[in-house]
Amino acid sequence: MKSDASGDWRPSATLEVLKLRARMLERIRAFFSARDVLEVDTPALSSAATPDPALASLVTRYTGPGAPHGQALYLHTSPEFPMKRLLAAGSGSIYQICKVFRNGEAGRSHNPEFTMLEWYRVEMDHHRLMDEVADLVLHTLAGQPALQPPEKLSYREIFERRVGIDPHTATASDCAQAARAHGVAIPADLFEHHDVAIWRDLLLSHLIEPNLGQGRLTFVHDYPASQASLAQIRPGHPPLAERFELYLNGMELANGFHELADVAEQRTRFERQLHARITSKLPPVPLDQRLLAALTQGLPDCSGVALGIDRLVMLAAGARTIQDVVTFPIERA
Amino acid sequence: MGLAEVYFKYQTGCFMATYSTNEFKSGLKVMIDGYPGAIVENEFVKPGKGQAFNRVKIRNLKTGRIIERTFKSGDTIEAADVVDAEMQYLYNDGEFWHFMNSETFEQLGADAAAIGDNTKWLKEQDVCIVTLWNGVPINVEPPHTVTLKIVETDPGLKGDTSGGGGKPATLETGAVVRVPLFVQSGETIKVNTRTGEYISRV
Repeated sequence: MKSDASGDWRPSATLEVLKLRARMLERIRAFFSARDVLEVDTPALSSAATPDPALASLVTRYTGPGAPHGQALYLHTSPEFPMKRLLAAGSGSIYQICKVFRNGEAGRSHNPEFTMLEWYRVEMDHHRLMDEVADLVLHTLAGQPALQPPEKLSYREIFERRVGIDPHTATASDCAQAARAHGVAIPADLFEHHDVAIWRDLLLSHLIEPNLGQGRLTFVHDYPASQASLAQIRPGHPPLAERFELYLNGMELANGFHELADVAEQRTRFERQLHARITSKLPPVPLDQRLLAALTQGLPDCSGVALGIDRLVMLAAGARTIQDVVTFPIERA
Repeated sequence: MGLAEVYFKYQTGCFMATYSTNEFKSGLKVMIDGYPGAIVENEFVKPGKGQAFNRVKIRNLKTGRIIERTFKSGDTIEAADVVDAEMQYLYNDGEFWHFMNSETFEQLGADAAAIGDNTKWLKEQDVCIVTLWNGVPINVEPPHTVTLKIVETDPGLKGDTSGGGGKPATLETGAVVRVPLFVQSGETIKVNTRTGEYISRV
């Protein structure tokens, strides 16, 4: 991209950080080996893609035997769908460390391709998985930095503590008022949005997230049902998604679910997301029919989580940017 | 937008150049609250499964004040037609300070609002950075260091060469700076215009 002779052929991470990174990957593999979780390797290219409107898949084209006129293939944004097919086929608990790809995401803590650790635990609910995530992170960080004991807070609690609103009942105008009261400089066109989800994301990313997990692992759980993604929804008032996120020092590290196994519900959510893509003028994507077929066969009761390895290395190395912990970020790729 | 529409907007003056958040980088000149600013910092934030935002710090090109603003990623913002030109200071006619582009010989007058406090550093023939918004000067940056003659200062103590202590000296442009005691009226000195501090005798 850039042609200046500024030495951008060089890696952006130091050798010291690359060695730390390699040691952390070794510890992760040792952790799962000791717990009898099988390492697997699923394809990065898929004929289907996630319809989640918050995720943009990169797409490429395969032409060759079997596809004489070319076939669109999507780079995975996470290995979730094929890993669930393995689970449905009887793999038992599995993990994977792989590169995933997300269009449109670049910044201090984002690179369009990044390394993800994703794992699934059969017969574990999301609370037991949160405990295992804490064990893994502490094992991988090996005491660097020293942390307070982990805590679990509900999505409602983090909003009430920081901005004084109940996210399950607050309206868009309640959120707008809270944002203004806390000095968030709101873009003019956001006033036209009555979608409360955008307002919650604004409050979350500007006011709440930066303070989460200060010196400790903070798990946020019980998300609004509208943000369930692929998590089970627990009936109640309000119904809550059995989903969690992990934060450390203000950075989002992991996202996990008590996995949805109901194929009819999965199909409905896919179709709703696809519809949302179309109304937001996002490109439609082919739905993963093989995932739906696997769920029809039966997904064992399980929980799964995806954790950003690069961000974990950032925390271990005390690095300010993701560029400091990957060999060649997108600007140098 | 079709070509005809672009042409119509251009003809009617309704055409605005815009930047999307994907074009944001430090130094980019954008309109903010009806005034041109320069992006100093651009941070991409995104909850894993949610809306992405760009949190931006923008420096108002006139006041220098930093404003924080958040945009939904993918949104657009009006571009500011702002250029920095190297121009030579010519003279002041009482109302305008006149500058000349040394390459095109084009001349422009900057008003008191554009010059601000920097009038005290302006010496004929010095090359300044003139910020033009839609062709009109809105800010003038004098050179980092200027060489100016002292028109008045108290005679200092003989033998003081340490530079400590010091005394005020009035320069030919009206600026007052602290100089070491050994520096005398009629001498020419080098001054840092950003800090207003004496650097050396010339």
